Amino acid sequence: MKDIAIVAYQQSDSVSDAGAVNEVELIMPVLARTFEQAGLNSAQDVDFVCSGSCDYLQGAAFAFVSGVDALGAVPPIKESHVEMDAAWALYESILKIRMGHADSALIYGFGKSSPGELPVVLSQQLDPYYLAPLWVDSISLAALQARMMLDKGLITERDMAEVVSRSRRNAMNNPHAQLSGDISVDDVLAEETYLSPLRKADCSPISDGASAIIIATVEQARAWGLPYAVISGIDHCIETHNLGMRDLTDSVSTRMAANRAGMNTGKVDVAELYAPFSHQEIILARALGLDDSTQVNPSGGVLAGNLMMASGLSRVGEVFNRIVKGEAQRGIAHATSGPCLQHNLVTVLEKGENA
Amino acid sequence: MSDEQDVITGINAPVYLKYNFTAGAAPSRFLTQLKKGVLMGQRCPKCSAVYVPARGSCALCGVATEEDVQLSDKATVESFTIVSIPIPGNPIEPPFVVANLVLDGSNISLIHLLSECENSEVRIGQRVQGVWKPESEWDYSMNNIRYFKPIDEPDVPAEKIGKLPVTGWEG
Ligand SMILES: [Zn+2]
Repeated sequence: MKDIAIVAYQQSDSVSDAGAVNEVELIMPVLARTFEQAGLNSAQDVDFVCSGSCDYLQGAAFAFVSGVDALGAVPPIKESHVEMDAAWALYESILKIRMGHADSALIYGFGKSSPGELPVVLSQQLDPYYLAPLWVDSISLAALQARMMLDKGLITERDMAEVVSRSRRNAMNNPHAQLSGDISVDDVLAEETYLSPLRKADCSPISDGASAIIIATVEQARAWGLPYAVISGIDHCIETHNLGMRDLTDSVSTRMAANRAGMNTGKVDVAELYAPFSHQEIILARALGLDDSTQVNPSGGVLAGNLMMASGLSRVGEVFNRIVKGEAQRGIAHATSGPCLQHNLVTVLEKGENA
Repeated sequence: MSDEQDVITGINAPVYLKYNFTAGAAPSRFLTQLKKGVLMGQRCPKCSAVYVPARGSCALCGVATEEDVQLSDKATVESFTIVSIPIPGNPIEPPFVVANLVLDGSNISLIHLLSECENSEVRIGQRVQGVWKPESEWDYSMNNIRYFKPIDEPDVPAEKIGKLPVTGWEG
Protein backbone atom coordinates (compact mmCIF):
# COMPACT_ATOMS: atom_id res chain seq x y z
CA MET A 1 0.00 0.00 0.00
CA LYS A 2 1.32 3.42 -0.94
CA ASP A 3 2.11 5.84 1.86
CA ILE A 4 0.22 9.11 1.57
CA ALA A 5 1.54 12.52 2.53
CA ILE A 6 0.22 16.04 2.99
CA VAL A 7 2.18 18.58 0.97
CA ALA A 8 0.20 21.80 1.30
CA TYR A 9 -2.30 23.42 3.63
CA GLN A 10 -3.91 26.86 3.59
CA GLN A 11 -6.75 28.43 5.49
CA SER A 12 -8.55 31.73 5.12
CA ASP A 13 -8.90 34.05 8.05
CA SER A 14 -11.74 32.97 10.27
CA VAL A 15 -14.14 35.92 10.29
CA SER A 16 -17.54 36.47 11.90
CA ASP A 17 -19.03 37.75 8.65
CA ALA A 18 -17.30 37.45 5.29
CA GLY A 19 -19.76 39.99 3.89
CA ALA A 20 -20.83 39.98 0.29
CA VAL A 21 -18.63 37.13 -0.95
CA ASN A 22 -20.27 33.97 -2.28
CA GLU A 23 -18.88 30.44 -2.02
CA VAL A 24 -16.70 30.74 -5.12
CA GLU A 25 -15.21 33.97 -3.83
CA LEU A 26 -14.64 32.38 -0.43
CA ILE A 27 -12.83 29.33 -1.84
CA MET A 28 -10.83 30.73 -4.76
CA PRO A 29 -8.19 32.74 -2.84
CA VAL A 30 -7.52 29.79 -0.53
CA LEU A 31 -7.16 27.39 -3.46
CA ALA A 32 -4.83 29.80 -5.24
CA ARG A 33 -2.55 29.91 -2.19
CA THR A 34 -2.69 26.12 -1.81
CA PHE A 35 -1.68 25.54 -5.44
CA GLU A 36 1.10 28.08 -5.04
CA GLN A 37 2.41 26.33 -1.93
CA ALA A 38 2.51 23.02 -3.81
CA GLY A 39 3.98 24.58 -6.94
CA LEU A 40 0.92 23.58 -8.96
CA ASN A 41 -1.21 25.67 -11.30
CA SER A 42 -4.74 24.40 -10.82
CA ALA A 43 -6.95 21.42 -10.06
CA GLN A 44 -5.82 20.06 -13.43
CA ASP A 45 -2.50 19.19 -11.78
CA VAL A 46 -3.99 16.76 -9.24
CA ASP A 47 -5.74 13.45 -9.95
CA PHE A 48 -8.78 13.95 -7.72
CA VAL A 49 -10.68 16.74 -5.98
CA CYS A 50 -13.02 16.30 -3.03
CA SER A 51 -14.80 19.00 -1.03
CA GLY A 52 -16.86 19.24 2.12
CA SER A 53 -19.64 21.75 2.66
CA CYS A 54 -23.28 22.05 3.66
CA ASP A 55 -25.73 24.20 1.70
CA TYR A 56 -27.93 24.64 4.79
CA LEU A 57 -25.29 26.93 6.29
CA GLN A 58 -25.69 29.83 3.89
CA GLY A 59 -29.13 28.75 2.67
CA ALA A 60 -28.12 28.54 -0.98
CA ALA A 61 -29.19 25.38 -2.76
CA PHE A 62 -26.39 23.66 -4.69
CA ALA A 63 -23.78 26.13 -3.42
CA PHE A 64 -21.38 23.18 -3.37
CA VAL A 65 -21.83 22.76 -7.13
CA SER A 66 -21.14 26.45 -7.67
CA GLY A 67 -18.01 25.98 -5.62
CA VAL A 68 -16.58 23.90 -8.46
CA ASP A 69 -16.39 27.14 -10.47
CA ALA A 70 -13.38 27.98 -8.34
CA LEU A 71 -11.44 24.96 -9.63
CA GLY A 72 -10.95 25.53 -13.33
CA ALA A 73 -12.68 22.24 -14.13
CA VAL A 74 -12.22 22.41 -17.91
CA PRO A 75 -11.19 19.96 -19.27
CA PRO A 76 -13.26 17.86 -16.84
CA ILE A 77 -11.71 16.72 -13.58
CA LYS A 78 -12.49 13.83 -11.24
CA GLU A 79 -14.44 15.50 -8.47
CA SER A 80 -16.51 14.49 -5.48
CA HIS A 81 -18.21 16.12 -2.52
CA VAL A 82 -19.30 15.19 0.98
CA GLU A 83 -22.09 16.99 2.80
CA MET A 84 -19.81 16.89 5.82
CA ASP A 85 -16.68 18.46 7.16
CA ALA A 86 -13.91 18.25 4.59
CA ALA A 87 -11.97 15.97 6.97
CA TRP A 88 -14.28 13.31 5.55
CA ALA A 89 -13.42 14.51 2.06
CA LEU A 90 -9.81 13.81 3.06
CA TYR A 91 -10.89 10.32 4.11
CA GLU A 92 -12.57 9.74 0.72
CA SER A 93 -9.49 11.03 -1.08
CA ILE A 94 -7.22 8.70 0.86
CA LEU A 95 -9.43 5.76 -0.13
CA LYS A 96 -9.22 6.93 -3.73
CA ILE A 97 -5.42 6.92 -3.62
CA ARG A 98 -5.25 3.60 -1.74
CA MET A 99 -7.46 2.01 -4.39
CA GLY A 100 -4.91 3.08 -6.95
CA HIS A 101 -7.29 5.49 -8.71
CA ALA A 102 -5.20 8.59 -7.99
CA ASP A 103 -1.74 9.64 -6.86
CA SER A 104 -2.72 13.09 -5.65
CA ALA A 105 -5.77 14.97 -4.46
CA LEU A 106 -6.97 18.45 -3.56
CA ILE A 107 -9.34 18.60 -0.61
CA TYR A 108 -11.16 21.75 0.42
CA GLY A 109 -13.89 22.72 2.80
CA PHE A 110 -15.86 25.92 3.13
CA GLY A 111 -18.54 27.32 5.32
CA LYS A 112 -20.43 30.55 5.42
CA SER A 113 -22.38 30.27 8.65
CA SER A 114 -23.09 33.99 9.10
CA PRO A 115 -26.17 34.23 6.80
CA GLY A 116 -28.22 31.81 8.91
CA GLU A 117 -28.78 31.11 12.59
CA LEU A 118 -26.20 28.34 12.93
CA PRO A 119 -27.38 26.66 16.17
CA VAL A 120 -30.91 26.52 14.72
CA VAL A 121 -29.72 25.35 11.32
CA LEU A 122 -27.82 22.53 13.03
CA SER A 123 -31.00 21.41 14.81
CA GLN A 124 -32.16 20.17 11.42
CA GLN A 125 -29.44 17.52 11.32
CA LEU A 126 -31.12 15.76 14.25
CA ASP A 127 -33.42 12.75 13.96
CA PRO A 128 -36.23 14.13 11.77
CA TYR A 129 -39.15 12.51 13.60
CA TYR A 130 -38.69 13.22 17.27
CA LEU A 131 -35.92 15.79 17.70
CA ALA A 132 -35.72 18.07 14.67
CA PRO A 133 -39.40 19.17 15.05
CA LEU A 134 -38.51 20.37 18.56
CA TRP A 135 -35.83 22.68 17.10
CA VAL A 136 -33.37 21.75 19.82
CA ASP A 137 -30.36 23.86 18.90
CA SER A 138 -26.76 22.68 19.01
CA ILE A 139 -25.77 24.93 21.92
CA SER A 140 -28.64 23.67 24.09
CA LEU A 141 -27.57 20.08 23.47
CA ALA A 142 -23.96 20.90 24.34
CA ALA A 143 -25.22 22.62 27.49
CA LEU A 144 -27.06 19.43 28.51
CA GLN A 145 -23.81 17.56 28.04
CA ALA A 146 -21.78 20.07 30.06
CA ARG A 147 -24.38 20.01 32.84
CA MET A 148 -24.06 16.22 33.03
CA MET A 149 -20.27 16.52 33.27
CA LEU A 150 -20.49 19.11 36.06
CA ASP A 151 -23.17 17.24 37.98
CA LYS A 152 -21.16 14.02 37.95
CA GLY A 153 -18.12 15.90 39.21
CA LEU A 154 -16.14 15.06 36.08
CA ILE A 155 -15.28 18.70 35.45
CA THR A 156 -15.64 22.11 37.08
CA GLU A 157 -16.52 25.41 35.48
CA ARG A 158 -12.93 26.42 36.16
CA ASP A 159 -11.72 23.44 34.08
CA MET A 160 -13.87 24.70 31.23
CA ALA A 161 -12.60 28.25 31.66
CA GLU A 162 -9.02 26.94 31.55
CA VAL A 163 -9.70 25.45 28.13
CA VAL A 164 -11.03 28.81 26.94
CA SER A 165 -8.13 30.78 28.40
CA ARG A 166 -5.54 28.48 26.82
CA SER A 167 -7.36 28.64 23.47
CA ARG A 168 -7.42 32.45 23.48
CA ARG A 169 -3.73 32.64 24.41
CA ASN A 170 -2.62 30.00 21.88
CA ALA A 171 -4.67 31.74 19.19
CA MET A 172 -2.50 34.85 19.60
CA ASN A 173 0.04 32.94 17.49
CA ASN A 174 -2.56 31.92 14.89
CA PRO A 175 -2.82 34.62 12.22
CA HIS A 176 -6.19 33.28 11.02
CA ALA A 177 -7.84 33.22 14.45
CA GLN A 178 -11.09 35.07 15.02
CA LEU A 179 -10.90 35.17 18.82
CA SER A 180 -7.61 35.52 20.64
CA GLY A 181 -6.17 37.41 23.55
CA ASP A 182 -4.49 37.24 26.90
CA ILE A 183 -7.61 36.13 28.75
CA SER A 184 -7.28 34.61 32.21
CA VAL A 185 -9.42 31.86 33.70
CA ASP A 186 -10.95 34.40 36.09
CA ASP A 187 -11.77 36.68 33.16
CA VAL A 188 -13.74 33.83 31.61
CA LEU A 189 -15.48 32.93 34.85
CA ALA A 190 -16.49 36.57 35.34
CA GLU A 191 -18.62 36.32 32.21
CA GLU A 192 -22.34 35.67 32.65
CA THR A 193 -23.73 32.32 31.57
CA TYR A 194 -25.29 32.22 28.14
CA LEU A 195 -27.07 28.87 27.92
CA SER A 196 -26.20 27.62 31.37
CA PRO A 197 -23.83 26.21 32.31
CA LEU A 198 -22.17 27.47 29.13
CA ARG A 199 -20.80 30.97 28.83
CA LYS A 200 -20.44 32.48 25.38
CA ALA A 201 -16.69 31.94 25.69
CA ASP A 202 -17.30 28.19 26.11
CA CYS A 203 -18.89 28.11 22.65
CA SER A 204 -17.00 28.34 19.39
CA PRO A 205 -17.86 31.50 17.46
CA ILE A 206 -19.90 31.72 14.24
CA SER A 207 -17.33 31.89 11.46
CA ASP A 208 -17.00 32.20 7.71
CA GLY A 209 -14.07 30.84 5.76
CA ALA A 210 -12.42 27.98 3.92
CA SER A 211 -9.40 25.73 4.03
CA ALA A 212 -7.65 23.38 1.63
CA ILE A 213 -5.09 20.59 1.63
CA ILE A 214 -3.18 18.78 -1.08
CA ILE A 215 -2.20 15.16 -0.49
CA ALA A 216 -0.17 12.81 -2.63
CA THR A 217 1.63 9.50 -2.50
CA VAL A 218 5.01 9.87 -0.81
CA GLU A 219 6.64 9.11 -4.20
CA GLN A 220 4.71 11.96 -5.77
CA ALA A 221 5.50 14.31 -2.88
CA ARG A 222 9.20 13.54 -3.33
CA ALA A 223 8.95 14.00 -7.08
CA TRP A 224 7.44 17.43 -6.44
CA GLY A 225 10.28 18.11 -4.02
CA LEU A 226 7.93 19.29 -1.29
CA PRO A 227 8.22 19.02 2.47
CA TYR A 228 5.55 16.66 3.68
CA ALA A 229 3.99 14.86 6.63
CA VAL A 230 2.88 11.26 6.25
CA ILE A 231 -0.69 10.25 7.06
CA SER A 232 0.02 7.02 8.89
CA GLY A 233 -3.58 6.32 9.84
CA ILE A 234 -7.13 7.60 9.54
CA ASP A 235 -10.46 6.22 10.71
CA HIS A 236 -13.87 7.36 11.85
CA CYS A 237 -16.65 5.97 14.03
CA ILE A 238 -20.17 7.16 14.72
CA GLU A 239 -22.57 6.79 17.63
CA THR A 240 -26.35 6.51 17.62
CA HIS A 241 -28.43 9.56 16.76
CA ASN A 242 -30.44 8.84 19.90
CA LEU A 243 -28.75 11.13 22.41
CA GLY A 244 -30.46 9.32 25.29
CA MET A 245 -28.66 6.10 24.43
CA ARG A 246 -25.19 7.65 24.45
CA ASP A 247 -22.81 8.29 27.32
CA LEU A 248 -22.44 11.99 26.66
CA THR A 249 -19.64 12.31 29.20
CA ASP A 250 -17.31 10.13 27.13
CA SER A 251 -16.48 9.88 23.45
CA VAL A 252 -16.35 6.19 22.73
CA SER A 253 -16.32 6.71 18.97
CA THR A 254 -13.29 9.02 19.17
CA ARG A 255 -11.36 6.45 21.18
CA MET A 256 -12.29 3.67 18.75
CA ALA A 257 -11.33 5.74 15.73
CA ALA A 258 -8.00 6.70 17.33
CA ASN A 259 -7.18 3.08 18.14
CA ARG A 260 -8.08 1.96 14.65
CA ALA A 261 -5.99 4.77 13.16
CA GLY A 262 -3.00 3.60 15.19
CA MET A 263 -2.65 6.58 17.49
CA ASN A 264 -1.30 4.51 20.34
CA THR A 265 1.61 2.98 18.45
CA GLY A 266 3.77 6.01 19.24
CA LYS A 267 4.12 9.24 21.13
CA VAL A 268 1.67 12.03 20.34
CA ASP A 269 3.47 15.39 20.39
CA VAL A 270 0.54 17.47 19.27
CA ALA A 271 -3.22 16.99 19.09
CA GLU A 272 -5.60 19.29 17.30
CA LEU A 273 -9.07 18.46 18.62
CA TYR A 274 -12.30 19.70 17.04
CA ALA A 275 -14.11 20.68 20.22
CA PRO A 276 -16.80 23.27 19.46
CA PHE A 277 -17.41 23.67 23.21
CA SER A 278 -14.84 23.94 25.98
CA HIS A 279 -16.03 20.91 27.95
CA GLN A 280 -15.84 18.80 24.79
CA GLU A 281 -12.09 19.34 24.58
CA ILE A 282 -11.83 17.77 28.02
CA ILE A 283 -14.04 14.84 26.97
CA LEU A 284 -11.91 14.27 23.88
CA ALA A 285 -8.54 14.56 25.63
CA ARG A 286 -9.68 12.05 28.24
CA ALA A 287 -11.21 9.70 25.69
CA LEU A 288 -7.89 9.69 23.87
CA GLY A 289 -5.86 9.33 27.07
CA LEU A 290 -3.76 12.41 26.30
CA ASP A 291 -1.47 13.64 29.05
CA ASP A 292 0.88 16.60 29.55
CA SER A 293 3.32 15.22 26.98
CA THR A 294 0.85 16.17 24.25
CA GLN A 295 0.31 19.78 23.31
CA VAL A 296 -3.44 20.22 22.75
CA ASN A 297 -4.76 22.76 20.25
CA PRO A 298 -1.70 24.97 19.85
CA SER A 299 -3.65 26.79 17.11
CA GLY A 300 -6.32 27.74 19.62
CA GLY A 301 -8.65 25.10 18.23
CA VAL A 302 -12.13 25.93 17.03
CA LEU A 303 -12.94 28.09 20.06
CA ALA A 304 -10.72 30.57 18.22
CA GLY A 305 -12.74 30.25 15.00
CA ASN A 306 -15.05 27.50 13.79
CA LEU A 307 -15.21 27.15 10.03
CA MET A 308 -18.10 24.75 9.67
CA MET A 309 -17.23 22.01 7.15
CA ALA A 310 -13.60 23.14 7.07
CA SER A 311 -12.44 23.12 10.71
CA GLY A 312 -11.95 19.35 10.77
CA LEU A 313 -9.71 19.59 7.73
CA SER A 314 -7.93 22.56 9.29
CA ARG A 315 -7.09 20.45 12.34
CA VAL A 316 -5.20 18.12 10.01
CA GLY A 317 -3.54 21.12 8.38
CA GLU A 318 -2.46 22.58 11.72
CA VAL A 319 -0.74 19.31 12.70
CA PHE A 320 0.87 19.17 9.25
CA ASN A 321 2.24 22.70 9.78
CA ARG A 322 3.81 21.75 13.09
CA ILE A 323 5.43 18.62 11.70
CA VAL A 324 6.94 20.32 8.65
CA LYS A 325 8.19 23.17 10.85
CA GLY A 326 9.94 20.57 13.01
CA GLU A 327 7.93 21.48 16.11
CA ALA A 328 6.48 17.97 16.34
CA GLN A 329 7.43 14.51 15.12
CA ARG A 330 3.99 12.96 15.36
CA GLY A 331 0.50 14.23 15.99
CA ILE A 332 -3.19 13.55 15.70
CA ALA A 333 -5.99 15.59 14.19
CA HIS A 334 -9.57 15.04 15.24
CA ALA A 335 -12.74 16.06 13.43
CA THR A 336 -16.30 15.87 14.67
CA SER A 337 -19.78 16.07 13.24
CA GLY A 338 -23.23 15.93 14.73
CA PRO A 339 -24.53 16.96 18.15
CA CYS A 340 -22.44 16.36 21.28
CA LEU A 341 -19.53 14.75 19.39
CA GLN A 342 -21.63 12.11 17.65
CA HIS A 343 -19.32 11.26 14.75
CA ASN A 344 -15.57 11.42 15.07
CA LEU A 345 -12.61 11.04 12.76
CA VAL A 346 -8.99 10.73 13.83
CA THR A 347 -5.99 11.20 11.55
CA VAL A 348 -2.46 10.30 12.62
CA LEU A 349 0.36 12.28 11.04
CA GLU A 350 4.07 11.61 11.22
CA LYS A 351 7.23 13.24 10.03
CA GLY A 352 8.36 11.83 6.68
CA GLU A 353 11.61 9.88 6.54
CA ASN A 354 13.59 12.55 4.73
CA ALA A 355 11.33 15.47 5.57
CA MET B 1 -54.36 -10.01 19.16
CA SER B 2 -54.28 -6.25 19.59
CA ASP B 3 -56.50 -3.44 18.39
CA GLU B 4 -55.85 -2.52 14.85
CA GLN B 5 -53.73 0.61 14.61
CA ASP B 6 -53.72 3.30 12.00
CA VAL B 7 -50.93 3.04 9.54
CA ILE B 8 -48.85 6.19 9.95
CA THR B 9 -47.67 7.25 6.53
CA GLY B 10 -46.28 10.66 7.35
CA ILE B 11 -45.93 13.49 9.81
CA ASN B 12 -45.83 17.22 9.29
CA ALA B 13 -42.47 18.70 10.24
CA PRO B 14 -42.24 22.06 8.50
CA VAL B 15 -38.82 23.66 8.31
CA TYR B 16 -38.42 27.44 8.56
CA LEU B 17 -34.90 28.80 8.37
CA LYS B 18 -34.08 32.49 7.96
CA TYR B 19 -31.05 33.73 6.09
CA ASN B 20 -29.49 37.04 5.21
CA PHE B 21 -28.60 36.03 1.70
CA THR B 22 -25.81 37.78 -0.17
CA ALA B 23 -25.40 37.37 -3.89
CA GLY B 24 -21.63 37.62 -3.83
CA ALA B 25 -19.24 40.41 -4.75
CA ALA B 26 -19.19 39.72 -8.51
CA PRO B 27 -22.98 39.15 -8.82
CA SER B 28 -23.49 42.37 -6.84
CA ARG B 29 -21.48 44.30 -9.45
CA PHE B 30 -23.74 42.84 -12.14
CA LEU B 31 -26.96 43.55 -10.25
CA THR B 32 -25.93 47.12 -9.41
CA GLN B 33 -25.51 47.89 -13.11
CA LEU B 34 -28.65 45.96 -14.06
CA LYS B 35 -30.68 48.30 -11.85
CA LYS B 36 -29.32 51.15 -13.99
CA GLY B 37 -30.40 49.37 -17.16
CA VAL B 38 -26.87 48.24 -18.05
CA LEU B 39 -25.96 44.63 -18.84
CA MET B 40 -22.42 44.29 -17.48
CA GLY B 41 -20.37 41.19 -18.17
CA GLN B 42 -17.05 40.19 -16.61
CA ARG B 43 -13.97 39.05 -18.51
CA CYS B 44 -11.61 36.23 -17.52
CA PRO B 45 -8.02 37.52 -17.33
CA LYS B 46 -6.70 34.18 -18.59
CA CYS B 47 -8.94 32.99 -21.45
CA SER B 48 -10.79 36.30 -22.14
CA ALA B 49 -14.23 34.66 -21.97
CA VAL B 50 -16.92 37.16 -20.97
CA TYR B 51 -19.49 35.90 -18.49
CA VAL B 52 -22.93 37.30 -17.81
CA PRO B 53 -24.25 37.15 -15.17
CA ALA B 54 -20.81 36.47 -13.65
CA ARG B 55 -20.63 34.53 -10.41
CA GLY B 56 -17.12 35.53 -9.47
CA SER B 57 -14.89 33.17 -11.40
CA CYS B 58 -14.16 31.83 -14.84
CA ALA B 59 -15.38 28.27 -14.45
CA LEU B 60 -12.93 27.16 -17.12
CA CYS B 61 -9.83 28.69 -15.55
CA GLY B 62 -10.80 28.96 -11.88
CA VAL B 63 -9.70 32.59 -11.61
CA ALA B 64 -11.60 35.73 -10.63
CA THR B 65 -13.32 37.70 -13.40
CA GLU B 66 -12.24 41.16 -12.33
CA GLU B 67 -12.71 43.26 -15.50
CA ASP B 68 -16.21 44.63 -16.16
CA VAL B 69 -17.34 44.67 -19.79
CA GLN B 70 -20.46 46.52 -20.89
CA LEU B 71 -22.62 44.38 -23.18
CA SER B 72 -25.40 44.98 -25.66
CA ASP B 73 -29.02 44.04 -25.08
CA LYS B 74 -28.96 42.45 -28.51
CA ALA B 75 -28.47 38.70 -28.47
CA THR B 76 -28.43 35.52 -30.55
CA VAL B 77 -30.58 32.46 -29.90
CA GLU B 78 -28.26 29.57 -28.98
CA SER B 79 -31.06 27.15 -28.11
CA PHE B 80 -34.75 27.31 -27.20
CA THR B 81 -37.75 25.35 -26.05
CA ILE B 82 -41.46 25.99 -26.44
CA VAL B 83 -43.25 25.65 -23.11
CA SER B 84 -46.81 24.40 -23.53
CA ILE B 85 -47.75 24.11 -19.88
CA PRO B 86 -48.38 26.96 -17.40
CA ILE B 87 -45.49 27.64 -15.03
CA PRO B 88 -46.47 29.10 -11.63
CA GLY B 89 -45.45 32.73 -11.33
CA ASN B 90 -44.76 33.18 -15.01
CA PRO B 91 -46.94 35.98 -16.39
CA ILE B 92 -46.76 34.78 -19.97
CA GLU B 93 -49.55 32.53 -21.25
CA PRO B 94 -48.34 29.23 -22.72
CA PRO B 95 -47.24 28.32 -25.22
CA PHE B 96 -44.19 30.56 -24.76
CA VAL B 97 -40.51 30.34 -25.58
CA VAL B 98 -37.59 29.96 -23.16
CA ALA B 99 -34.22 30.44 -24.82
CA ASN B 100 -30.48 30.31 -24.25
CA LEU B 101 -29.36 33.74 -25.47
CA VAL B 102 -25.82 34.99 -25.98
CA LEU B 103 -25.60 38.77 -25.55
CA ASP B 104 -23.39 40.57 -28.03
CA GLY B 105 -19.99 41.01 -26.40
CA SER B 106 -20.33 37.93 -24.17
CA ASN B 107 -19.40 34.31 -24.73
CA ILE B 108 -21.72 32.52 -22.33
CA SER B 109 -25.47 32.21 -22.76
CA LEU B 110 -28.06 33.31 -20.27
CA ILE B 111 -31.65 32.11 -20.13
CA HIS B 112 -34.55 34.45 -20.78
CA LEU B 113 -37.98 34.53 -22.42
CA LEU B 114 -38.78 35.22 -26.07
CA SER B 115 -42.03 36.90 -27.01
CA GLU B 116 -43.60 39.04 -29.77
CA CYS B 117 -42.58 36.23 -32.06
CA GLU B 118 -44.10 33.40 -34.07
CA ASN B 119 -43.16 30.45 -31.89
CA SER B 120 -42.99 28.20 -34.92
CA GLU B 121 -40.41 30.51 -36.48
CA VAL B 122 -37.99 30.68 -33.55
CA ARG B 123 -34.65 29.18 -34.54
CA ILE B 124 -31.05 28.84 -33.47
CA GLY B 125 -29.03 31.78 -34.76
CA GLN B 126 -32.00 34.15 -34.68
CA ARG B 127 -31.28 37.75 -33.65
CA VAL B 128 -33.24 39.19 -30.73
CA GLN B 129 -33.23 42.24 -28.47
CA GLY B 130 -34.35 42.92 -24.91
CA VAL B 131 -37.68 44.64 -24.28
CA TRP B 132 -37.16 46.61 -21.09
CA LYS B 133 -39.70 47.62 -18.49
CA PRO B 134 -40.12 51.38 -17.93
CA GLU B 135 -37.08 52.81 -16.12
CA SER B 136 -39.16 53.62 -13.03
CA GLU B 137 -39.68 49.87 -12.49
CA TRP B 138 -36.03 48.83 -12.73
CA ASP B 139 -34.73 46.77 -9.82
CA TYR B 140 -31.86 44.35 -9.09
CA SER B 141 -33.60 41.86 -11.34
CA MET B 142 -33.44 40.19 -14.73
CA ASN B 143 -37.15 41.05 -14.86
CA ASN B 144 -36.02 44.57 -15.86
CA ILE B 145 -36.07 42.95 -19.27
CA ARG B 146 -39.61 41.63 -19.81
CA TYR B 147 -38.50 39.38 -22.63
CA PHE B 148 -36.48 39.40 -25.82
CA LYS B 149 -38.11 39.83 -29.23
CA PRO B 150 -36.87 39.10 -32.74
CA ILE B 151 -35.18 41.93 -34.64
CA ASP B 152 -34.69 42.33 -38.36
CA GLU B 153 -31.09 41.16 -38.68
CA PRO B 154 -29.73 38.16 -40.61
CA ASP B 155 -29.26 34.92 -38.67
CA VAL B 156 -25.87 34.17 -37.10
CA PRO B 157 -24.24 30.96 -38.35
CA ALA B 158 -23.80 28.34 -35.61
CA GLU B 159 -20.01 28.65 -35.48
CA LYS B 160 -20.24 32.40 -34.81
CA ILE B 161 -22.80 32.19 -31.98
CA GLY B 162 -21.18 33.34 -28.76
CA LYS B 163 -18.35 35.08 -30.60
CA LEU B 164 -19.92 38.39 -31.58
CA PRO B 165 -18.41 41.70 -30.52
CA VAL B 166 -20.43 44.14 -28.45
CA THR B 167 -20.79 46.25 -31.59
CA GLY B 168 -23.15 43.62 -32.93
CA TRP B 169 -23.68 41.45 -35.99
CA GLU B 170 -22.98 42.81 -39.44
CA GLY B 171 -24.39 39.76 -41.22
ZN1 LIG C 1 -10.98 31.77 -18.26
